[in-house]
Amino acid sequence: MDDTISAIATALGVGAIGVIRISGPEALQIAGSIFRGRTLLSRERARYMTYGHIVDDQDGIIDEVLAVYMPGPHSYTGEDVVEIQCHGGREALQEILRLTFAHGARMAEPGEFTKRAFLNGRIDLAEAEAVMDIITAKSRRALMAANRGHRGALSRKIRTIRTSLRQLIVHLEAVIDYPEDDIEEVTYDHAAAVLRQCCDDLEALVREGATGRILREGLRIAIVGRPNVGKSSLLNRLLQADRAIVSSIPGTTRDVIEEQMTLDGIPLVLTDTAGLRKTDDYVEQIGVERSRTILENAELALVLVDGSRPLTEEDRALLNGVRERPHLILVNKADLPAVVDVAALQEEYGKSCCFPVSVRTGEGMDRASDFLKHFVCGEGTDEALGTMTQNARQQTLLQSALGHLKASLADAEQQLPYDCLTIDLTEILHELGEITGEDVPDEIINEIFAQFCVGK
Amino acid sequence: MIVVDHYDVVVVGAGHAGCEAALAAARMGQKTLLATLSMDNIALMPCNPSVGGPAKGHLVREIDALGGQMGISADEACIQMRMLNTGKGYAVQALRAQADKPLYHTIMKEVVENQERLDVKQLMIDKLLIKNGAVQGVEAETGEVFEADCVILATGTYLRGRILYGEVAYMAGPNGQRSALKLTDSLKQAGLDLMRFKTGTPARIDRRSIDFSRTEPQYGDETLRNFSFISPITHREQVPCYLTYTNPRTHKIIRDNLNRSCMFNGTIEGVGPRYCPSIESKIVRFANKDRHQLFLEPEGLRTNEVYVQGMSSSLPAEIQVAFMQTIPGLEHCRMMRAGYAIEYDCLDPLQLKASLEHKQISGLFSAGQSNGTSGYEEAAAQGLIAGINAARKLQGKPPLILGRSDAYIGVLIDDLVTKGTQEPYRMMTSRAEYRLLLRQDNADLRLTQKGRDVGLVTDERYAAFTEKRDAIERTLFDLSRRNLAPSEENQARIVAMGSVPLKSSINMLDLLRRPEITYEKLQRAFDLPPLPAVTADEINVQVKYKGYIDKQKQEVERALKLENKLLPDDIDYTQMHELSSEAMEKLSKQRPLSIGQASRISGVSPADISVLMIYLEAGRRKGEEA
Repeated sequence: MDDTISAIATALGVGAIGVIRISGPEALQIAGSIFRGRTLLSRERARYMTYGHIVDDQDGIIDEVLAVYMPGPHSYTGEDVVEIQCHGGREALQEILRLTFAHGARMAEPGEFTKRAFLNGRIDLAEAEAVMDIITAKSRRALMAANRGHRGALSRKIRTIRTSLRQLIVHLEAVIDYPEDDIEEVTYDHAAAVLRQCCDDLEALVREGATGRILREGLRIAIVGRPNVGKSSLLNRLLQADRAIVSSIPGTTRDVIEEQMTLDGIPLVLTDTAGLRKTDDYVEQIGVERSRTILENAELALVLVDGSRPLTEEDRALLNGVRERPHLILVNKADLPAVVDVAALQEEYGKSCCFPVSVRTGEGMDRASDFLKHFVCGEGTDEALGTMTQNARQQTLLQSALGHLKASLADAEQQLPYDCLTIDLTEILHELGEITGEDVPDEIINEIFAQFCVGK
Repeated sequence: MIVVDHYDVVVVGAGHAGCEAALAAARMGQKTLLATLSMDNIALMPCNPSVGGPAKGHLVREIDALGGQMGISADEACIQMRMLNTGKGYAVQALRAQADKPLYHTIMKEVVENQERLDVKQLMIDKLLIKNGAVQGVEAETGEVFEADCVILATGTYLRGRILYGEVAYMAGPNGQRSALKLTDSLKQAGLDLMRFKTGTPARIDRRSIDFSRTEPQYGDETLRNFSFISPITHREQVPCYLTYTNPRTHKIIRDNLNRSCMFNGTIEGVGPRYCPSIESKIVRFANKDRHQLFLEPEGLRTNEVYVQGMSSSLPAEIQVAFMQTIPGLEHCRMMRAGYAIEYDCLDPLQLKASLEHKQISGLFSAGQSNGTSGYEEAAAQGLIAGINAARKLQGKPPLILGRSDAYIGVLIDDLVTKGTQEPYRMMTSRAEYRLLLRQDNADLRLTQKGRDVGLVTDERYAAFTEKRDAIERTLFDLSRRNLAPSEENQARIVAMGSVPLKSSINMLDLLRRPEITYEKLQRAFDLPPLPAVTADEINVQVKYKGYIDKQKQEVERALKLENKLLPDDIDYTQMHELSSEAMEKLSKQRPLSIGQASRISGVSPADISVLMIYLEAGRRKGEEA
C-alpha cells in the first residue's frame, strides 16, 4: 500500500456535490498540484475546509471546490487523505479524477479505501467482512463486464493492438532464448514500425476517450425496427418517464433522431434509426448507411417488432443483424391480438431478453426500464459506482500503456538492446490484458512454441 | 534387512542434481551417501554435449557463485566456449560450452569420490523408508538398509525408465542402463503424486563418415571465458561444431514413416517437452518449413561419436540412417547409436516446499528431472539447493530460499513449486520478470555472500569476490566524484574517445553513461586505476543500465512487500467463504508460504488476495487480543 489511490467517493448521478477522495503517501502532493487556493494546500490547517479551484496543467479552471486534508493516521483510511468537494456534474468529477491520475494517483479498486482502513486498523472486523463482500462481488461483476466487453468495440480494438505487440515480444523473446535456431532476426526498423502503429492506434483510443465516454456522453442505445412498428412512440414513451431530459436534437438527416436522458443518474443516449432495409432511393440510402453506423457504435440495440402481424423478411434481417451484439427485443402492440409467438422468438434469437410491450398503453414498459437499468448498472444504484470505476480504471490503464508504448518506441528508435526494449513492452501487455481480461500466464512462452520451430 | 550404516544425508542418483546435492551436503559437514546405479555413469551427459546457453548459462554461473561444482567441471571439460546473444543486451548474454562428455564424467567422478565425508556406492535403491511422516532411510535391492535423517531423490529419467524407438521398447535408463523398477511403488505407498514424462535424444554418428566440407563450421570465441568465477583456466584448445540443414527429401522419408515413430503411433504415454521437439514433431507441426537446421557436435576429443543436434527421433534405426543420409555432409554417415525416446516417472513438484523438501514427509527432498524439469543445468541448480537445505535442516537452520529477484534458481524453483508443470520444464530468460537484475555477469555479486553464509564458499572464492565487489563500489564512487570541466584538454580527450564535446561540467559517471564510452577508454584517457576486464565490464553494465536497473529494483521492492507477508501454516482456507471456489481449492492444496506466492498461483485473483490480506490482519488482531 505504498501507492496513492483516488476515486469518486459519491454515487454517480447528478447530485448537488461530488467528492473525490485521494488516499496514500502522495495524497497531499497530488492534491496540492491541482488545487489553487489563497495559499498552498500543504500550508492550510489539517481537517479544515479550504476554498479554492481545481486547475488543469494549463492553469485552466476546472471547477470551484472545497478541499480538506486529513493527515494519517487520523483519517478514514489511516493514510494521508485529501478530499475534494466539487459541483456534482459528471464532467467536473471525471476531469478532476483524471488530473489526480495524471499527477501520480492510481484508480482505487472497488472497496479499496475500506480495505486500507481495515489494514491500517481504522475499522473493525465486522465492517471489514462487509468490505470483502464488496470486493468479491465487484470483482466478479468486473469479470462479467470484461466478458461482456469481449464483444465490445473497445475490447476488439485493444485486442488488435495487443496481438501485434505480443507478436513483436514473442519474436524478440524467441530470438533471445533461441539464438542459434533458424529464426529471422527482428530489425529495429520493424520493431519501430510496429510500435509506431500501435502508438497511433492506442493514442486514437485514448483521444476518443472510448472508455470514459459512457460517463461523459452516456450509454448509446440504438432503437431499430421497420417503419411504423412504433419506434418514435417508444422513444417518446421512454423520454416521458424521465423528467431530466437534457436536450432534443434532431439528427442530421430526417431519419436519425438522438435524445439524451438519464436513468437513475446514468446518462443514456437513445437513437432512433431508419429501417435498415435495402433501398434504391439515394437520399434514403444515406439515412440507412447512417443507421448502420449508429448500430455499429451502440452499446445496446433495442429491436422493436410489431407483434400483431407476422414477422416480415425485413424484421428477420434486422434481428439477424443484431444477433452478435447486446440487444433487447420488444414485441410491440401487446394491446392487440398477438400473432407473433414471443417464446419462439426468444428461442430463435438467442439468450437475450425478449418480451411483449405496448408502447401505446404502457404495458410492459416498466420491465423495459428495469432491463435498461440492469444492463447499465448491474443490480442496484450502488452498482453505478462499480461501472464507473471500471471505466475510469480502463482509462488509467490505457493512458499508462500509452506512456510505456511511447517509451518503447523511443527505445526502439535509439536501437536499445532487446533486454531493455522488452521491459516496457511486457508491461504494456499486462496493462492492456487487464482491460480485455486476457492476461494469460506463460502466454509468451506458449506463443514462442506455437509460432517458431525451436529447440533441439 | 541389514542396517549397514547411518548417514545424515542419502542422495539417490548421481546425475547432475545428485552430484551437486551430495557435494553440497558433504561440504557443509554432513555425512553423506551418494547412491548410483552405475559407478561408470556418474554425472553422465546422456543427451547433448553442451552446458549453458540462454538462462541455462545463467544457472551455471549462479551454481558456481553459490559454491557449486558444475561451472568448474564444465570449464575443465570445455572444448568450445561461446558467448551467445552478444548483440542483444547484457541481461540476456549467456555462455555456452561444448563439453567433452567422457571427460566431464571423469572429472565429476573424481570430485565426488574424493570429497570428504562423502561415500559413493553403486546401489539399486528399491525402497524409501518412512515412519511417522519422517524419512528414515533407504533400502537397496540387496536388502541393505542405509539409515538417513534426510533423503534427496535425484532419480533423473531412471524411475521406471523405458526406452523406445521404432518397434524397439524396453525398460531402461538412458543408454540402456538399468531402470529403477521398484522405487516408484515405494514412493506411491508413501503418498507421493507421480507424473509420467518423456524426452528424447538424437542419433550419434561416426565423425569419419561426415563430409564436413559440405557444412558450415562454427568456431568458439577467441576471448577466453569461463563459467566459474574462480576457474584458473587461461588457455583452451577449441574444436568447431558444424551446421547443416534438412531438406524436403529428409522430410518425405520422415513423413512416410510416421506410423513407425513411437511419438505418433501411440506407444508413448509420457508428456514430452515442447522445448526439445523430435524431428518428427517439427515436421508435423511446422509442415510449411522446408528446412530445419542441425548442428554436428563432437561428443569429446577422444571419441568419434558426433551428436546430431536437432534430430531427436524415435523412428526405427534404419529410418534414422535413411533420413540423415539425405542431409548435406551426412550422405555417407554411419550411425553409431540410434536416437530414442525415453519415458520415466517423476514427482509432481507442487508437493514440494520452496526448500525442495516434501510438504508432508519431513526430511524427504527431491531435485532435478525427478521434479519434472529438463536439462543438466536445471537439475544441478535444484540439486545444489536440495543439498544445502538438507544440511541446513540437520543444522537446525532455516532453509536457503532464493527469491525470483535473487536468481534464475529462484525463478525455477518458485515456478515449479507454485505453478507446477505439465511438461518437462526448461529454464528460459523470458520466465524471469527481473531479467535485467539477474545477469550472468553479476551472479557472484548476487549470490556469493549467500553461499558464504551457508558455508559453501571457500576462503579463496570469497576473497576474489570481495575484491571485485569492493573495486566496483570504490570505482563507482570515485567516478561520481571526478568532475570534468569543458576545458580544452578534457574536450580533446573526450573527442579522441569518439564522443561529442561537453556542453558543461559533468562527472565521469555521467560521461560513462554515453553509449560510446567504456571504462577502459576512460581509464586510458584520464589515467584511472586499471581494473580486471570482468570488473570493468561490470562497471560498464551497472552505469549504462542504471535507469532500467533502478526501475526493476522498484518493482522488486513492491513485490517483496507481498513476499514478506507470510501465511500461517494452520490457515484454513475452506473457512474463507469470500474466496472463489477455485482459489479456495488451490490454496488448500498448495498451501503457499506468502501472499506473494499465493498471487502467482493460477486461479487466485487479486480479489482473492485482498480477502487473504484482510484475514491475515484479522488473525493478527485476534493474536494481539489473546
